[in-house]
Amino acid sequence: MPASDYIRSMQYPIHTMTELKPGVWSMVIACPDIANAAVCGQFVHLMPQGNFTLRRPISICEIDRNAGTLRVVFGVRGKGTAQLATLRAGDTVDMLGPLGHGFTLPDADTPVILIGGGIGTPPMLPLAQYFGKSAVVISGFRNADAVILQEDFAAAGCKTILCTDDGSAGNKGLVTVPLAEEITARKPALICACGPIPMLSAIAAMAKEQGIPCQVSLEERMGCGVGACLVCACNIYLNDGEIHAAHVCKDGPVFDAERVVWNG
Amino acid sequence: MADLSVNICGVPFKNPIIPASGVFGYGREYANYYPLSLLGGISAKGTTPKKQNGNPAPRIAETPAGILNSVGLQNPGMDAFLHEELPWLLQQNTVILANFAGPSPETCAESAAKLDQTDVQMLELNISCPNVKNGGLAFGAQADTAANMVKAVRKATTKPLIVKLSPNVTDVTEIARAVEAEGADAVSLINTLLGMRIDRRTRRPILRNNTGGLSGPAVFPIAVRMVWQVANAVKIPVIGMGGVQTGEDAAELMMAGASAVQVGTAILSDPYAPLKIIDGLNQFLDDNHIAAARDLVGTVQPW
Repeated sequence: MPASDYIRSMQYPIHTMTELKPGVWSMVIACPDIANAAVCGQFVHLMPQGNFTLRRPISICEIDRNAGTLRVVFGVRGKGTAQLATLRAGDTVDMLGPLGHGFTLPDADTPVILIGGGIGTPPMLPLAQYFGKSAVVISGFRNADAVILQEDFAAAGCKTILCTDDGSAGNKGLVTVPLAEEITARKPALICACGPIPMLSAIAAMAKEQGIPCQVSLEERMGCGVGACLVCACNIYLNDGEIHAAHVCKDGPVFDAERVVWNG
Repeated sequence: MADLSVNICGVPFKNPIIPASGVFGYGREYANYYPLSLLGGISAKGTTPKKQNGNPAPRIAETPAGILNSVGLQNPGMDAFLHEELPWLLQQNTVILANFAGPSPETCAESAAKLDQTDVQMLELNISCPNVKNGGLAFGAQADTAANMVKAVRKATTKPLIVKLSPNVTDVTEIARAVEAEGADAVSLINTLLGMRIDRRTRRPILRNNTGGLSGPAVFPIAVRMVWQVANAVKIPVIGMGGVQTGEDAAELMMAGASAVQVGTAILSDPYAPLKIIDGLNQFLDDNHIAAARDLVGTVQPW
């Protein structure tokens, strides 16, 4: 068989493209093979068109196996994501995936708390849809102009708690305030979180103190996305306590919070 | 279908396209995408005597037509490579180049002696990594230190020894001649060019290591030039690399004097890049009625 017979197309049609908030886009992609294989917490690697050398890793926000679609929600951060934001329904997107190690899920009726910070909120939605009413979703944003996905979490049947830094929507302050209250009201069996490192390390510390298992989704500048080039390093503790440079793309993006070296 | 086979130092390759060291790990990740037997060879991740964790992240930055990386030779160490990775690699029906580096000529010679006891087809000594403080470019930047390194390693193995050269030197032909004189069987070039980018808002270098190695299509003309210079300066085969993205790029590097071509950065965005380059090279040869890839080697007609 010639080499060309093994080359798979990575071009997928965009089903819908919506700007949720200025600079925050929701893209639904028709990709039955990837949707079938994807699990909560994984990501896809999107290639912007034009003069770019690297793909952009974007976490999966919804998996619809019946429709054969994936949804991703991403913020415009630089030229690459700005180019991806120019794509529209009917265009194709160059996508590699699903990639990475996702969340390890207990039964769907397990009480859980899901916490998303800013553009770390989207990967909480597949979890919310899995856990439904047994999940409490706490979301934190800069201000009301950045708030996304609250209707989606509510539609999944979850209790939602919204926080903003300036109080322009929901509670004023950090997600860790309602998190402490929720833990007191009903101790969850699992906490899952994605967002800025200071938020994640604070959540990890609270979870550890309360003896609650905690899984976090991390981010790092990435290359191949499959675990070969070793650029997206993240320090974790091995069983013997030794610090090991793991890789966000393959060993993660989801890690057991107790394994993460937060100051490393 | 043109004849793509090449022979380097007596080792037959089914085609001249080889994923470069550092982008392909030890091959396992890409075996999920296609049989590795389609590849001419694989240059395995650079392996040091002991496990190395590499540099802190961020280790990568996109640049115009390229990337900077500062991985810093993260690897599990030579013994782990020999026991956990190499036996599997040797079952993939492709030529394996064991890329290795180390902090001293003595330790590199020890690694070479260990590799000599295996069935690996070729050794690729890395004296050109720009991202580690000890070893790497410390040996490859000057002819005398490069020669001392190769002298020590040469005594430790009878297998074909490729020496991977750095472009971060005043005269690459001087280094190439020095390693040839000490018994290198081939040279491979170019490793990455030392570069730097700064985040203009924070005024911090994007790479946590401050500097890193530049690769990708931006460096392709430099690779062509250096391969051409070295091919004219030494009698041993040259394996070319640096920004190759297409089969036509590979053909051009072979015209400059490369007997085979390694592919690096192109694989980061496209796992299938090596297969596309093999196909593209075949297409170029067919379109131009050239019977064999090896007929391209060194055929540039300089003015």
